[in-house]
Amino acid sequence: MSESKTLAVSSPVARLQLPSAETLAQHGRRVGRFFLRQIVPPVVVIGALLLLWEVLCSRPGAMLPAPSQMLDDTWELIVNPFYDYGGNDVGMGWQVLASLERVAYGYSLAVIVGVALGVLVGKSTWAMRGLDPLFQVLRTVPPLAWLPISLAAFQASNPSAIFVIFITAIWPIIINTSVGVRNIPEDYRNVARVLRLNGFENFTKIMLPAAAPYVFSGLRIGIGLSWLAIVAAEMLIGGVGIGFFIWDAWNASQISDIVLALIYVGLVGYALDALVGLVGKRVTRGTAS
Amino acid sequence: MNNRYLSVDSVDKVFGTEPNTTRVLDKVNLTVEKGEYISIIGHSGCGKSTLLNIIAGLHTASSGYVILDGKEVNAPGPDRSLVFQNHSLLPWLTVYENVTLAVNKVFKNKKNATERKAWALKNLEMVGMSHALNRLPSEISGGMKQRVGIARALAMEPKLLLLDEPFGALDALTRAHLQDEVMRIQAELNNTVLMITHDVDEAVLLSDRIVMMTNGPEATIGEILDIRLPRPRDRIALADNPEYNHYRREVLRFLHEKQRKVAPLPKADKANPVPQASAKRA
Ligand SMILES: Nc1ncnc2c1ncn2[C@@H]1O[C@H](COP(=O)(O)OP(=O)(O)OP(=O)(O)O)[C@@H](O)[C@H]1O
Ligand SMILES: [Mg+2]
Repeated sequence: MSESKTLAVSSPVARLQLPSAETLAQHGRRVGRFFLRQIVPPVVVIGALLLLWEVLCSRPGAMLPAPSQMLDDTWELIVNPFYDYGGNDVGMGWQVLASLERVAYGYSLAVIVGVALGVLVGKSTWAMRGLDPLFQVLRTVPPLAWLPISLAAFQASNPSAIFVIFITAIWPIIINTSVGVRNIPEDYRNVARVLRLNGFENFTKIMLPAAAPYVFSGLRIGIGLSWLAIVAAEMLIGGVGIGFFIWDAWNASQISDIVLALIYVGLVGYALDALVGLVGKRVTRGTAS
Repeated sequence: MNNRYLSVDSVDKVFGTEPNTTRVLDKVNLTVEKGEYISIIGHSGCGKSTLLNIIAGLHTASSGYVILDGKEVNAPGPDRSLVFQNHSLLPWLTVYENVTLAVNKVFKNKKNATERKAWALKNLEMVGMSHALNRLPSEISGGMKQRVGIARALAMEPKLLLLDEPFGALDALTRAHLQDEVMRIQAELNNTVLMITHDVDEAVLLSDRIVMMTNGPEATIGEILDIRLPRPRDRIALADNPEYNHYRREVLRFLHEKQRKVAPLPKADKANPVPQASAKRA
């Protein structure tokens, strides 16, 4: 830069413009390359799919609405996500928030209990031998299979849905945490031993941070599963929530509403995953992926 | 002269359970005076790390004992700080935090918060790392990590500094630079140091005595060589110093004539000591 300045003195116009034009072009090229690589492919693919969908579904006798038709049908819902006509008749924003609230309760419980159990199983061989077979069997039970038994236990739909989230999200959290705790490198443990850290210091300063990348990969799987489970559970329990909204729309044959709801579900699921990923990256200072 | 700051007394180490046991160390005896710089050299797998870990208290001897400053060693502690070949910094802490973790623990009751902070900074400055206090280990080079490891070890003010191939994973230039730095720090602090190395030049340049170990299994101390080169030592001046070369030849003769491996070494030890060393520690 300083070089271009000294050169500029002798012939200001010509010299000054040359590098700036060059950097501008370079900058432009970089933006262009980003655009070409990151923006163009998804836009092209989505555009092509929408076009195909439009073509296939605008023929007479098509079973599903075409995108243009869908937009038409759901315009009210799209522009007005937070209306409230009482009962179940509330905007999509409220529906999603109701589902998110259930997920927040169930998932938070799963995080607390899951990390605690994971540390226990990771630290104690006895606990591992005792609990691991149980975990391995229970984690394969599909989330919805828990719903009847939790309805029987809680006698209410909302706690049952929360329990289903809890029981769905907890397994990957337990398993990943215990693997993380068990795999703490010998070197880190030696540091703790040489410094004579006590149990509490060892837990907070060595064990948790060392296991954090594993814990967060469990948390990330857990949030994804929670979101999968809540939509399914809500279809069965009714009330406000994106899952029951879909079921309701199906019963009213409002296919366009269903499509809109699926887009919402997908975007929210993606956002949840990205959020947990981001928190993980922050907390572990980039050691978690 | 004979004040026996550290004594290792007929230490044996047997690994494994009854039918399949290997006696790795057999009756190792060694005494070290305060302020001495000792290098331990020997073929790969002979038990150098095992011996160091016993002195550190991370392993227990199968028989025999280690006494440091009048007290028997039976657990690890901050009076014997270690620097490993693979640095073992905590990756989630910055350079500064890695050192303060140790300083805050060791000097909890002896220094107040500002003193502890200043002490951590002083040690980092000593190894020339003041410019990277807030970097994470993943953001600094191998040589820099090793410096931080040394700063952390020094900051504990140990009675005994244990170095397990501290420069083994570094390129030759960085290694030479760090060796010079360690010599400078040693001249200043006069620590008692035990260093494992595979590098003959490093051993001769840095040490007051070189402990040469026989081949395992049942390794023990074969010979001890006194290095009577005056300090400060300069690597360039020593390069064609006949006394220096005599010591060098002595060590080479021990390693390659008297203790020659019968079978060819699996992948020359000096070229690639990392995976083996860390696998054994794990
Ligand atoms: N925990 C263990 N259990 C069984 N055998 C072990 C154990 N640790 C080390 N050994 C054996 O003890 C011997 C000495 O190992 P050690 O790590 O002390 O060697 P070393 O001299 O440090 O080698 P290097 O120079 O390659 O680091 C090796 O043969 C190794 O296989
Ligand atoms: Mg070793």
